[in-house]
Amino acid sequence: MKEKDIKRQASPAQESKPKQTSEENRLFSAKNLKLLTRPFGADNPVTVQVLGICSALAVTVKLQPALVMAVSVIVVTGFANLIISLLRNTIPPRIRIIVQLTVIATLVILVDQVLKAVAYDVSKQLSVFVGLIITNCIVMGRLEAFAMANKPWPSFLDGIGNGAGYGFILVIVAFIRELFGSGSLLGYKVIPESFYDAGYVNNGLFILPPMALIVLGVIIWIHRSFNRNLIEK
Amino acid sequence: MFSNKYIFLYTSGLVAAVAIVLALAASLLKPMQERNREVEKMQEILKAAGQTVTGEEAVEVYNAQITSEWMVDMQGALVSEYRNENGNWTALSGGRQASRAFDCDLKTRIEEALSGKKDVLFPVFVCRDSLYIVPLQGKGLWGPIWGYMALGKDFNTVCGATFGHKGETPGLGAEIAENTFQKQFIGKQLFDTAGNFTSITVQKGGARNYAGGEEHAVDAISGGTMTSNGVTAMLSGCLEYYRPFFQNMKAAQQAAADTAVAEPMPVLE
Repeated sequence: MKEKDIKRQASPAQESKPKQTSEENRLFSAKNLKLLTRPFGADNPVTVQVLGICSALAVTVKLQPALVMAVSVIVVTGFANLIISLLRNTIPPRIRIIVQLTVIATLVILVDQVLKAVAYDVSKQLSVFVGLIITNCIVMGRLEAFAMANKPWPSFLDGIGNGAGYGFILVIVAFIRELFGSGSLLGYKVIPESFYDAGYVNNGLFILPPMALIVLGVIIWIHRSFNRNLIEK
Repeated sequence: MFSNKYIFLYTSGLVAAVAIVLALAASLLKPMQERNREVEKMQEILKAAGQTVTGEEAVEVYNAQITSEWMVDMQGALVSEYRNENGNWTALSGGRQASRAFDCDLKTRIEEALSGKKDVLFPVFVCRDSLYIVPLQGKGLWGPIWGYMALGKDFNTVCGATFGHKGETPGLGAEIAENTFQKQFIGKQLFDTAGNFTSITVQKGGARNYAGGEEHAVDAISGGTMTSNGVTAMLSGCLEYYRPFFQNMKAAQQAAADTAVAEPMPVLE
């Protein structure tokens, strides 16, 4: 019993670096902010870790569902990380995956129910893909890799950051696909009628999933040509 | 280490907490979700009647355009009628059994009828006293499909149709939800010239290949044969319940037309 208590007390001390200053304890210290910003660049879940591709192909035909999907995933990753981090010392390691899955599934069902109540049209467009956030590897990956070993606040930021990093790519892909595939953005026509009169046509290939994969590939290519560290030897 | 007892208690506690949260959320959000579904139903009914409306204006337009809601039985009698007075629905006939056609779930009605019940009532929506809209419910390839069909005053000519689906293949079966498919139904006939019920067939290879005549068929969707067949089955299956009613109404109209023609005759002589 005593040994366990000591271990419990010791664990937070191990997590924080020995040379901890008041500067680093602030909510938005440089270290914490990095958790938010890294998923946009060198640690992007989609373009670098290549997770969550399935939904990235499915919900990016139009910008609006992509935005809603992005927000949904941010909420789920953020709060799943927060909850698991709060529970991390009480979760028996043998059943940790089940516990994580229960938390994720609960959050996803909540998001789905809320969408059905307040954004019915979009929730119909997203159909099964909201439910499939449960199987999105990003969520589970962050719980295992980060939330099980870190304090609640950094975990929450990490979840928000990774969700946003995923959503950011989703929105870029959806922007390109809706612009070239439907000639509109968020449902508003942006390509003027005179273009169509002059012989311009919407590219139907952009509406189909293969084009999402190609757009995603191009984004990864551009990303890697800017950040050479990411290129595998 | 964690003991087995701890693990059991932990999981039980977690599951109970999760269940409470989800049950609370579901019951709190239910009214809003039901409202959304009602609005969607109104939109679909109006769309079959040829009017595309946004979710915000759906209730208003519905109450302005849909003049009556009827319930008819499988023997062709009009059992109950609800009349719309500026959004106030009042029962004109039907008595105790009566309920608004709008609140009626077609799927359970069909199940009742299939199980052999004889007094099952089916809904009809009347738009501006000139369009008669009936709901449809059937099976596609992957899940349920449904729709609404608007008939003209002759209870024979289709004036509009709309279809929806739960999860048909995008680009193939899912095309039944597109206007290009639905527009084909306008002007098609449910009865042949002899008065026999023919329904409308979604014909593989094009309506003109349908043996029973082009006015009883529409073009099927390439690559969506299973869904197309599902629509055909849905149409013949659901409309069959309404067939006696349609025939009665046709006959009544015919009789009215005959007397209208017959009456001036003596004057001419």
